[in-house]
Amino acid sequence: MLFFRAHYTQAFFIFNQKGEVLISRLYRTDLKRSIADVFRIQVVSNSDVRSPIITLGSTSFFHVRINNLYVVAVTKCNANAALVFEFCYRFISIAKSYFGKVDEEAVKNNFVLIYELIDEIIDFGYPQNSETDTLKTYITTESIVSSSIAAEESSKITTQATGATNWRRGDVKYKKNEAFVDVVETVNLSMSAKGTVLRADVDGHIQMRAYLSGTPECKFGLNDKLVIDKSERGGGDAVELDDCRFHQCVRLDEFDSTRTISFVPPDGEFELMRYRSTSNIKLPLRVIPTVNEIGTTAVSYVITVKTNFNNKLSATNVVVRIPTPLNTTNVDCKVPIGKAKYVPAENVVVWKIPRIQGGQEVTFQGQASLTSTTHRQVWARPPIDVDFQVLMFTSSGLIVRFLKVFEKSNYHSVKWVRYLTKASGSYQIRPNQSHVRLAAPTVMRRQRTTARDATHAQKDERPGVPPTLAA
Amino acid sequence: MAMRAAPRKGENFELAADLNSEYKEKRKDAIKRVIANMTVQKDVSGLFPDVLKNMQTDDLEQKKLVYLYLMNYAKTQPELVILAVNTFVKDTDDPNPLVRALAIRTMGCLRAEKIIDYLCDPLQKCLKDDNPYVRKTAALCVAKLYDLKPELVNENGFLDQLRDMIADSNPMVVANTVAALSDIHAAAVASGAPKDTLAINTEIVNKLLVALNECSEWGRVAILNALSRYTAEDAGESEHICERVVPQFQHANASVVLTAIKVIMIHMRGITSENLTKTLIRKMAPPLVTLLSNPPEVQWVALRNINLLLQKRPDILTNEMRVFFCKYNDPLYVKVEKLDIMVRLANEHNVDPLLSELKEYAQEVDVDFVRRSIKVIGQTAIKIDEAAERCVNVLLELIGTRVSYVVQEAVVVMKDVFRKYPSTYEGVIPTLCANLDELDEPEAKASLIWIIGEYAKKIDNADELLGIFVDTFTEESYPVQLQTLTAVVKLYLQKPESSQALVQKVLNTATKDCDSPDVRDRAYIYWRLLSTDPGAAKAVVLAVRPPITLPRTTVSPALLEELLGEIPLLASVYHKPAETFVGRGRISADSVQRKATDDRLATQKALQTVAAGQQAENLLDFSDDVPNEGQPSGLAATTVLASTPAAANLLAGTSSNPLDDLVSIFGGANLGASSTPASSNPMGGFGFGASPLTPAPAITPVMSPQPPAQPQAQSGQDDLLGLF
Repeated sequence: MLFFRAHYTQAFFIFNQKGEVLISRLYRTDLKRSIADVFRIQVVSNSDVRSPIITLGSTSFFHVRINNLYVVAVTKCNANAALVFEFCYRFISIAKSYFGKVDEEAVKNNFVLIYELIDEIIDFGYPQNSETDTLKTYITTESIVSSSIAAEESSKITTQATGATNWRRGDVKYKKNEAFVDVVETVNLSMSAKGTVLRADVDGHIQMRAYLSGTPECKFGLNDKLVIDKSERGGGDAVELDDCRFHQCVRLDEFDSTRTISFVPPDGEFELMRYRSTSNIKLPLRVIPTVNEIGTTAVSYVITVKTNFNNKLSATNVVVRIPTPLNTTNVDCKVPIGKAKYVPAENVVVWKIPRIQGGQEVTFQGQASLTSTTHRQVWARPPIDVDFQVLMFTSSGLIVRFLKVFEKSNYHSVKWVRYLTKASGSYQIRPNQSHVRLAAPTVMRRQRTTARDATHAQKDERPGVPPTLAA
Repeated sequence: MAMRAAPRKGENFELAADLNSEYKEKRKDAIKRVIANMTVQKDVSGLFPDVLKNMQTDDLEQKKLVYLYLMNYAKTQPELVILAVNTFVKDTDDPNPLVRALAIRTMGCLRAEKIIDYLCDPLQKCLKDDNPYVRKTAALCVAKLYDLKPELVNENGFLDQLRDMIADSNPMVVANTVAALSDIHAAAVASGAPKDTLAINTEIVNKLLVALNECSEWGRVAILNALSRYTAEDAGESEHICERVVPQFQHANASVVLTAIKVIMIHMRGITSENLTKTLIRKMAPPLVTLLSNPPEVQWVALRNINLLLQKRPDILTNEMRVFFCKYNDPLYVKVEKLDIMVRLANEHNVDPLLSELKEYAQEVDVDFVRRSIKVIGQTAIKIDEAAERCVNVLLELIGTRVSYVVQEAVVVMKDVFRKYPSTYEGVIPTLCANLDELDEPEAKASLIWIIGEYAKKIDNADELLGIFVDTFTEESYPVQLQTLTAVVKLYLQKPESSQALVQKVLNTATKDCDSPDVRDRAYIYWRLLSTDPGAAKAVVLAVRPPITLPRTTVSPALLEELLGEIPLLASVYHKPAETFVGRGRISADSVQRKATDDRLATQKALQTVAAGQQAENLLDFSDDVPNEGQPSGLAATTVLASTPAAANLLAGTSSNPLDDLVSIFGGANLGASSTPASSNPMGGFGFGASPLTPAPAITPVMSPQPPAQPQAQSGQDDLLGLF
């Protein structure tokens, strides 16, 4: 548990699932350790916690769950809530980069290191330096003997830790200077059976791995046009980004005035920027579902997946998840490519296709046999979900125009750019609903029962049954 | 017993032996075990001298461990801590800056009186250290020292030194200096010191703006906070500050973005150029939307603040409704906030997608979420006249599902729709009445009864329907009883011939067999009215009610301004002033500052809040005024309130406990202004004790203590209450 002062934290704790304190660091004397018991009673052993901030009397608990742990910050002040949560997540990411995963075992094994880290990244409740790269120069898993590092070196470290580019060491050297840029886009789609797009947007991020010597000055250009005012939309090949956010190395004032992205990159891998785009989204896969209920004993499926990009490219790791009614006994599947298998536990047919070439079209045909049930349930028809990856393709149309590296020694650097568009769990096509509409009175009954069933389902925590009921 | 105690003793004994071992590794390992025991709250304070012996070491990690131990037990072993002082002081002269910083950081955290006196000299030195890392640590150490012994800070002139350090060449040092000064300021104000320790002037602002672009993300938050406290000299300076802060909207850290928005919201007040204001507002939208891609906790904080921003500037996110649609795996607290924001953004252009979305939510499995979704459908109907019919159709479809809680919530919502559009959707009434048997919640029952009473003239079998409730009168809950009573009287006044017996029966039961004084009182009043002057009874019971509207704000205007200045602090998340959840003397640096600089304004604001709260209470009375004009009467109330002794006290600034005073004002004002006895029960307080100007129309709508004016305020409270 972490305590922040004033706007910040006054104590910091890590609890395990049983509510035992694994780490505790108090910054104020007026907080008693028994405060940990209060948290255990109010949050850990309370199954119905409906807010990430709990205020009891004048003490507020901010908590974030990670694996089987609670990371908790405590304050008695009108603290900066956004900062406290951001800090908790930063702590988790630092911990991850130090010892792989963050769970009870890792915390127990590394508690000395964690205390050391906490004291470095937060002082008197005020967050300090939280750049992993810099932290790793002076907080390590092996112990440092102070006489062995010359005072000179530690003053270098401290200058870096407080400097204007505190994310980078000054003395980085590489034989070969390289920079890798990965543009990764996640497409979110919600489409009706008729092919009307209900919602399509792209969450993109640009991941950079910089292996560059010295203190390189980078300039980065995209074919973007940041739309601040929606009415100003125009044509051209410029991509409209609704918003973007940058790593702290990017000079925001410069971006604001000239729209150039210039920065001194941290050494190694980091996320340069995140962006959002909602206009002119190219959908790499079209899915055309035809789902028919044949009486009460069977459901027939014809599902066509079409790729919608250049035939030199291909979609890989395609996984189509086709929901089946809850009383399905087995599904007879015919596929021209890949493997389709009925997974009873999740009530879906999983159709895995290792690769579909651009311009290709594949069709799934299948029939699900149903058991007859005593109380007839009409099936809620959850959406069909598709996961895939397409290399060298961006749904938003974003392209890296240039990446320039300037350094004092004027070395030559090699740049690599990769594009990847993917979907995981959010590319959804709703099947046709006509049947359900017709049988209005039955629907009412059905919803009653399904609502109840779904409540059970939630208790069992069965995965794969989306709690959303279709209309 | 002895057997059991032995191993415990043995463990500490063993540790002590290891701590004194001749082998380095063994000693270090022992320290680690001591710390491990300390964490699980075993008492290892007895090992203090043994641990202390290991402090003098070249091994930085070991040193840190010993320091950790010291920080924990220094308070309990003050006379032993003194032994550590020499090492500390020596360390602050170490050639290694990490060691120097570590020593000064730890000394500040020891919190032992004895060691504090030895802290000043090294601190003096460290504040002037060549190394920025040491300086930034020392800056915070001043705040630590102030927390323990403010006199020492004043005696040694540390404050002046800190003020000089705002001009430091290193941005991190500047940020920590600002943080330390703000912290000291907060502590000083809390203890009643009159002087402003962090007086910000133009020169400082410029220095801060320079440091802003260079320092770490956390430092930016500290600097932005300081900027938000500054009052600009003129419009030009406000513009300058805004222009320099706007680039921070693109920062990856949500707290930087939100704090920057706060600064803009504050300094925008000083800007005269309309165009610039517009540009700033426009630039605010994209980063606000992007905040939604954060982890759920941060999202929630952002959503609560967006909600506030929309109350001030409803046009900010006009085109962005879709991004607030709920994802099925969002945590409930995020979904609930999104719903609230969706209503705020609803207009005739986006109402269709909104309704189809809400319909889907209303069929999910989380009962709480479903209920709120249905409420939102009702709020949409009330907000957008053109869409009302579509909303009603959706509600009817939902009623058709016959899921008990869906039907009940829909009935409650329909009642609000009737309040807003009287006599428009009468065709719906048969469907509602068909579900009479399904209703078991008091609020739903009361709503349906109100509808029946209201439209008694047009419902042929109204007497039959109400008869059902009259038969079970004594078993019903009080709100239902009150409503039945009123509805039957309404029925009688409209159709006297068919319901004479019914009204007699209900009045009899209510006055004789009912154990609630409110119900009895109301029954007596009706009885007397009906027997003495049926005309007056009609005027009272069938009076025309003002239509309800959806309030644009859930907090009073003055409080809204205050909360916008506290983005993204806890206050703005809870939509409540800090005083309500922060203990006495621990108000945030920010609000303290404002109180100090403008005490009178703050007091006025507090009074307005109270007045507005009272107004909300009065809303239930449906007094002669249209309920929505909370603002002017709120202001007017300020003057009235000022005459109460507690308020005068507050204005004079003599009171020590603002909370108590607020409470007393509330009570006092209640007595003074409307002579309504203060009552914890809003039903009870609605009353007949009110002045003659507030006649009984009150009675009718009271069955719904939450006309749509309420649900939001209510939900805010729920959130907070839910926390307990």
